[in-house]
Amino acid sequence: MQNWPLLTLTIFLPLVGVFFILVLRGAEADVARNARWIALWTSLIDLALSLLIWAYFDPNQADFQFVETAPWLPGFHIAYHLGVDGISLFFILLSTFLMPICIVASWESIKVRVKEYMCAFLVMETLLVGLFCALDFVVFYIFFEGVLIPMFLIIGIWGGPRRVYSAFKFFLYTFLGSVLMLLGILAIYYQIGSTDVVEALNRGLPVSLQTWLFLAFFASFAVKVPMWPVHTWLPDAHVEAPTAGSVILAGVLLKMGGYGFIRFSLPLFPVAAHQLAPFIFTLSVVAIIYTSLVALAQDDMKKLIAYSSVAHMGIVTMGTFAMTSEALQGAMIQMLSHGIVSAALFLCVGVVYDRLHTREIARYGGLADNMPKYATVFMVFTLASIGLPGTSGFVGEFLSLLGTFEINTWVAFFATIGTILSASYMLYLYRRIIFGVITRADVRAMLDLHWREVAIFAPMIAIVLWMGIYPDSFLKPMQPSLAKLVEHIQLSLHENAAAKLAER
Amino acid sequence: MQTLPNFLPALPLMFLAGSAMALLILGVFQHGHYVAREIAWLAVVALIATVALITGFGSERQVSLYGMLVTDGFGVFMSVLVLLGAAFSIVMAIRFNEREGVARFEFPVLVLLATTGMLMMITANDLISLYIGLELQNLPLYVVASFQRDQTRSSEAGLKYFVLGALSSGMLLYGASLVYGFAGTTNFDTLAHSLDVSTMSIGLVVGIVFVAVGLAFKVSAVPFHMWTPDVYEGAPTPVTAFFSTAPKIAALALFVRVMVYAFGSLIDQWQQIIMAISVASMLLGSFAAINQRNIKRLMAYSSISHVGYSLIGLAAGTPAGVRGILVYMAIYLFMNIGAFSVILCMRRDGKMVENIQDLAGLARTRPMLAAALGVFMFSLAGVPPLAGFFSKFYIFMAAIDARLFWLAVLGVVTSVVSCYYYVRIVKVMYFDEPAPAFDLGIGREMQAVLLISTAVILLFVIFPAPLIGTAEMASATLFPG
Repeated sequence: MQNWPLLTLTIFLPLVGVFFILVLRGAEADVARNARWIALWTSLIDLALSLLIWAYFDPNQADFQFVETAPWLPGFHIAYHLGVDGISLFFILLSTFLMPICIVASWESIKVRVKEYMCAFLVMETLLVGLFCALDFVVFYIFFEGVLIPMFLIIGIWGGPRRVYSAFKFFLYTFLGSVLMLLGILAIYYQIGSTDVVEALNRGLPVSLQTWLFLAFFASFAVKVPMWPVHTWLPDAHVEAPTAGSVILAGVLLKMGGYGFIRFSLPLFPVAAHQLAPFIFTLSVVAIIYTSLVALAQDDMKKLIAYSSVAHMGIVTMGTFAMTSEALQGAMIQMLSHGIVSAALFLCVGVVYDRLHTREIARYGGLADNMPKYATVFMVFTLASIGLPGTSGFVGEFLSLLGTFEINTWVAFFATIGTILSASYMLYLYRRIIFGVITRADVRAMLDLHWREVAIFAPMIAIVLWMGIYPDSFLKPMQPSLAKLVEHIQLSLHENAAAKLAER
Repeated sequence: MQTLPNFLPALPLMFLAGSAMALLILGVFQHGHYVAREIAWLAVVALIATVALITGFGSERQVSLYGMLVTDGFGVFMSVLVLLGAAFSIVMAIRFNEREGVARFEFPVLVLLATTGMLMMITANDLISLYIGLELQNLPLYVVASFQRDQTRSSEAGLKYFVLGALSSGMLLYGASLVYGFAGTTNFDTLAHSLDVSTMSIGLVVGIVFVAVGLAFKVSAVPFHMWTPDVYEGAPTPVTAFFSTAPKIAALALFVRVMVYAFGSLIDQWQQIIMAISVASMLLGSFAAINQRNIKRLMAYSSISHVGYSLIGLAAGTPAGVRGILVYMAIYLFMNIGAFSVILCMRRDGKMVENIQDLAGLARTRPMLAAALGVFMFSLAGVPPLAGFFSKFYIFMAAIDARLFWLAVLGVVTSVVSCYYYVRIVKVMYFDEPAPAFDLGIGREMQAVLLISTAVILLFVIFPAPLIGTAEMASATLFPG
């Protein structure tokens, strides 16, 4: 099984689905129905393939597994090089898991241009899985940037009233960040004569270059995460995007930045990362506290959850740059947990939006009465977002804070204030929507969850609880890789300190 | 006894000139425009035969006609691009000319003559043959620019192009005479071997500057770009497609050969000039295009910014830089031909429309056309995985290699700015409410052009190695030893 090109299959299978959708002909309603089913089956098969990767993944190994290489630009030592380790494995699973959910969630809410919509999502799946598998900078960059095209179209075509502004803001913001990373990649290429990530990790980069390269990569990842103060594209994009677009944006696209930090910034530029850690701690703490306060003041449900995403990703960047084993595990779990929980929260918003076509919090109230199932589901994800013990959010936040506390007590202290704030805005949101008395007739007429919606939420709840009650099945595969990473960082820092001492 | 000059390597050039004249005679004797279509296809056949001849001769460096012309890998690569650009333009013009009532057999003949001039520019090995090639290119171009002679816009474009083109040719000639006066030779080989920073006089530098200015006019680099938007807008659309590809590629090839080969040892003297015009072109090309309403004007500014990017490769002055230019031009050719063939399909009620707003909602009225233009726009913007990304990739690679960091940073930042107006076209096509649909029946040959260029741009990511490898070999031939 290890000899199969499992990664290539997982990456490019969605494109086969795209091909089948593109050749569909006939009446518009038939085409739409067939496109939905093709997209769903493709994404489910892709999910099965990625579960196979998990099943055959050896959790005791720190190195890359399922490695595939093929010459691509042979004269330049740029190759099609893929592989997974404990860090990337779960991001692949996250992408393939959320994709069928996105497709089911758009089953009825998307009525126009269904064919193009499904194609955009499947292309996105290819690009997302590809970027988490890529072990060559150029291949990574191509997948990383390529994501912009389908996402731009998803926001722009099927989005809300201000969709054009948001789509442009999203596109240009993230494009500007990424092109600077491209220059960084080229500089690395001239340093080591290849764009192979593994080779770059083994050979290391000179300390004198690290700061500049770190900043070049930082420009890209910080926008993607997004870190304060370059987060402003996120609320706009979320508010205007269709529900499934928000799901994939919050669920996977934000993780591209966090993944980039852990995969590239830390191991390649450890000295610069160490030197700049206070700077990133500051930005993270500001993000956690400031955006939590902003979230508290929102009238729009999607905006509130979007700001809460910025705050939660602040905990991720904080944990990442604490660079201890616990903090990194915490950051990873926090990303996975946020990927599921915020995606689910956007779906919860989508459920009521489909019925009443407004995201204004004040329009709702008292839904516990006529939508008990919905109230329960929403409750689970609200608590998971707050980080209640027993849910996935707790594991992530706790480990991140624990690891950070060892490094910097004050940062951990302020971040903890942020988690208290997160409890207040989430519970406040929950109270305003679910509790209280129904005053409006149209709210009273809203129906409870449809079986299709239950089918979406059930696996998500299961995973949130699984990750919260028995996180070991997720932590175990990532531990060897993260341990190796921490060891590598420590070694580089020691070497650098020794070199500095020798200079004196 | 006087021996005959070695003219074999110049055979493709002679073949092309000969076929142009043969077609001219044929056209005259077959009574004008009744045979316009046949002659156009014959011209395409002649161009393809020339491609075969050129590639058949191989890329070994050979000097012919008493050192006037040189064939090498670099020349072969650029010549093939120019010939392809000309062939595509003739094919695209066939139906356009018929619809606009200017289907005359002179059009393909003029394009063939201009292409002959371009091949001569690319293979010039002497300032004299350079100038002859340039003029042989220019004169037919002035005529085709005003080919719709009963339209004031078209005549105006031709006249503007003529006046400014003549001015730039004059400057180039003046520069060439200064170079001859101070270096004592016009031959590139001799210049390349004899020039030296220590023995160089200031007059020579002035001469080089004038030559560079003349060439900058031809590639429409800022600040010598003023003619471009007007000419691009006024000229008939297939002619604009031709202008934006073949002459530009030829002029850039000439620019590279003169600077990197003939004046290569004086790189410290001219590098800053090239950097300055490169930066200015990137900035102006990306900012000035933002407010354009006419898509042909937009493409004019876009071509200015693309020249700016390729000049980064020239500023590097290294084999990596030249390789970047070769890759850039090859991909640029297909992007531009593709984009212009979509523009040629913008026809409503039998009349050409050129405003960006006319594309509104094209994704719903003509989905395939919109998808194709979308691909070209994202590619021009340099978004991976499309081919346009690789063209920029190799240019920036060369810039980093030559330690031109600020040039590279400016390049990527302006590419984000230019991204805005490319993506705006996608926005108009995909997000806006549909305008009345365009006329159907774009023609089979146009479909073929669109299919080829879309396939090249989309699939380049899968098989990049052949083009990059060829460009690598071709660029090495400019750097002997």
